[in-house]
Parts: sequence; structure tokens; C-alpha cells
Amino acid sequence: MSETDQELDARGLNCPLPILRAKKTLNGMSAGELLKIIATDPGSVKDFQAFATQTGNELMSSSEENGEFHFLLKKGG
Amino acid sequence: MTDKSMTIIATKGTLDWAYPPFILSSTAAALGYNVTMFFTFYGLQLLKKDLSLSVSPLGNPGMPMPMSMDKWFPVLGTAIPGMQAMMTGMMKNTIKSKGVASVAELRDLCIEADVKMIGCQMTIDLFDLNPKDLIDEIDLGGAATYLDHAGGSDINLFI
Repeated sequence: MSETDQELDARGLNCPLPILRAKKTLNGMSAGELLKIIATDPGSVKDFQAFATQTGNELMSSSEENGEFHFLLKKGG
Repeated sequence: MTDKSMTIIATKGTLDWAYPPFILSSTAAALGYNVTMFFTFYGLQLLKKDLSLSVSPLGNPGMPMPMSMDKWFPVLGTAIPGMQAMMTGMMKNTIKSKGVASVAELRDLCIEADVKMIGCQMTIDLFDLNPKDLIDEIDLGGAATYLDHAGGSDINLFI
């Protein structure tokens, strides 16, 4: 498990809020820092992949644990 | 970061149809797109300071009705007085309980993300709308103003 710089609880939020909250949190972070996101919206799995591809923030990991979705994003430069 | 842009023409003024333009715009803005929204005809309802949007089951066979209501209220039943208010209330409760943002919340997120919003001047004149009833963050303009943005845009949607 990597160390994270910030964590975002997006549980219970539906599209597009997890993405919007993640973007807002990333705005306050520095390049290379890690953001962990926990969400319950199944659509967020594909959406975070697409978010990463289009914004240059790297999706380091994406996994499901006990019905929750965990993402690790590395802020791009 | 992307340097793409998107424009959306929002033409509908109901609670359900308020979602696609605001969801796409706020998300595109989060992805780095330059976003312009043009609100025309009933879409101008989405710019009111005081949002009072409704959803109607009338003439909408695709709308899922709670508690198998569609069995008891076929087509004509959806025209019963009070049905629209009831469905709007139910829809708002469902939206809240499913963790879906409110229209006002999504609109605020768009404003915060510098989504450009243009209200259609012609519609304002046509329906005698008072620009003072609309939020302050918008510009007024016409078809040429919209096309000025759409001409160089990667994605242009009509909703």
C-alpha cells in the first residue's frame, strides 16, 4: 500500500460528483503527490480511467474492496 | 492537460432535462475543456436565480413510475391535476437519496469552473423574461455569439 498525501471520501456520491470532487482536491495538491479516493458509484471505475487519460493525472491503482471502489491518483506535472 | 473545447445548446426547462447539460459541462470543465453553454427557449429556465423546475410524467412513457403507478394511472392518469407536483417531489427525493447532485449544485460547480454561460436575447424578448431574474454570471447574446464559440470547438451538443 502506497502512502497517500490526501484522501477523498466520495462514498454515496453519484456521477459526476466523485470526479468533480477529485479534481477540486487535486487542484490543491502538488505534482507527484498521491490522492486516494474511495467511492461507491460503480460508474466511477471507468470514469476515473477516462479522467486520468484526459487530464494527465496518473491512475496508479483501481480496485474493489467490500463493494467500495478505491482509486489512487498521482497528480501530473 | 487538454486544450479542447465544448459547447452545449440547452433548450429544455424541466428538472430531468436540466441534468445532461450541467453534468456534461461541469465534468468537461474538470477535464480541462473550455466550455460554453447557450441557453435558449425553455432552457432559460435553468438560468433563473430561483430555480423551480418540475418533471412531468405526461406524454413521457419512458419515465419509470414508483410503486407500479403506471399500472394504476395509464396515460390519461398522468394528466390528473397534482400529478406533476407529486412526481416532481418524488423525483427530488430520489435524486437526494441516490447521492445525485441538485441542479443548483451542478450549476454552481459550472460557474466555479468558469463555464461560460450565454442566455438567448431573442428568447428573453419573445417571452418577456426579466434578465434580473437570471443569475448574474451570464452574458446575453444570439446565434452569432454562439457560433463564434462553436466554430472552433471540438464538441458541439444540442440538448
